[in-house]
Amino acid sequence: MGVVLDNLDRYADAFWVTVQLTALGFLGSLVLGTIVATMRVSPVAPLRAAGLVYVETFRNTPLLVLAVLFVFGLTKVGIRFSLFTTFVIVISIYTGAFVAETLRAGMNTVGRGQVEAARSIGLTFGQSLREVVLPQAFRTVVQPLGNVWIAMTKNTSIAAAVSVVDLTAVAGRLTTDLARPLPLFAGAAIGYLILTLPMGALVGALERRVAIVR
Amino acid sequence: MGFRERLATAAVMAALAAVGAGCGGDDEEAAETAAGAATSAAAAAGEGTSFEAGTTMQAIKDKGKLVVGTKFDQPLFGQKAPSGDVEGFDTEIARELAAAITGSRDNVEFVEAVSKNREPFIEQGKVDIVVATYTINDKRKEVVSFAGPYYIAGQDIMVKSDNDTIAGIEDLNGKKVCSVEGSTSEANVKEQAPQAEVLLFDTYSQCAEALGDGRVEAVSTDNVILLGLIEQNGDAYKLVGKPFTEEPYGIGLKKDDTAFRTFINDELERMYEDGRWKKAFESTVGKVEKNTPEPPPVDRYE
Repeated sequence: MGVVLDNLDRYADAFWVTVQLTALGFLGSLVLGTIVATMRVSPVAPLRAAGLVYVETFRNTPLLVLAVLFVFGLTKVGIRFSLFTTFVIVISIYTGAFVAETLRAGMNTVGRGQVEAARSIGLTFGQSLREVVLPQAFRTVVQPLGNVWIAMTKNTSIAAAVSVVDLTAVAGRLTTDLARPLPLFAGAAIGYLILTLPMGALVGALERRVAIVR
Repeated sequence: MGFRERLATAAVMAALAAVGAGCGGDDEEAAETAAGAATSAAAAAGEGTSFEAGTTMQAIKDKGKLVVGTKFDQPLFGQKAPSGDVEGFDTEIARELAAAITGSRDNVEFVEAVSKNREPFIEQGKVDIVVATYTINDKRKEVVSFAGPYYIAGQDIMVKSDNDTIAGIEDLNGKKVCSVEGSTSEANVKEQAPQAEVLLFDTYSQCAEALGDGRVEAVSTDNVILLGLIEQNGDAYKLVGKPFTEEPYGIGLKKDDTAFRTFINDELERMYEDGRWKKAFESTVGKVEKNTPEPPPVDRYE
């Protein structure tokens, strides 16, 4: 592991990049996923259709393919973001599809009677969603949502393919110089574990706290 | 599948097709078939040759084929043609070596080796040799052994055809430069133009794309690779034409397999003498680089 310790500063910078990708990807996919899940249960048919197209497009296309398409495709239509920003957008959109489907599963567990009751006391669709359905939906799917975001954390490694210097990229670049792939990639693996293990624990704790006892 | 799902699936397909149509286009029929691929002068080695028992040469002969790690996406050196054949200068050299060991140029299996896989493939015995625009350097010598060099490349710079501000490596300071993950090009740029910002993608074709998009102002790597990209992209790009390094391309093999290394070095020297090396060069790299260089002396380092 000497080669990792010798380059600890580069690993630290890269770890910070991975943390930012994870945090921004979490926020982006949470917002997008919630919007899309809402579209998919909305009473407006075109919105439902759009939600379905979104989910099927991005859930069924590999992230690496999307990353390359966005990096080289956006510039073709005149939109230019930094590589980092482009990748945050891509991973948010991609993970958003999984968040949406997970959340929709949670919404489906909320009894029809509750929604009807909410509407009958005069709540609008938006209000019944915000006050009745979503809070219960999120609580039901804490664990599966946790899985989605842990998977996303590991998926941030795809950023290395489009020149974002994250943990995986640093391991690859150091391997070029030092020709020691095993310890260098093990170093990257430890970096990811430092992120994902606490996430798993946090998800478990959160679930115990907010679980709905039925 | 309900109607709505089917509708959605159709919409997805249509969207993807539209994207595809938008950016398709110009990748011409890649790589003409490697011109008249050198009539084997290796007949001399032939079926009858036998090697000392226990040597790698004998093991390969027993196996019946030479397994070679090479690039599949490197025009002029190792590129997989639509027919499925892998063609280029590297694969020609590999075929000559296969002929010398097994008696036929066709007893060869090409395995794709991207830059960062080359050492692991050799160490794990996944391939017998790596011939993949593989620069010999001291750090790599600690893990694998090199026969050759069989060619000296030099790192150069590719820019858009209308660019006249970049005339040499020193002009890259403060500019964005693209290179590829797992190559020595990044370190070379950093050394001679410390203020350059180097972006690394997975393949050189992505670098060419980034140059076309204006995301980078230059692409820097071995000149022959750049020549291949220029050939693929018509007149869009040009070579600056001032190489600033010497990159000896070697043949990677298992560390300290001295008998095998000596055998390859001897065979390379035979290829230099009987014209097979020249023929291999002219039928591949020579299509773009008209001046065939003298073959470099092999380096039998300790």
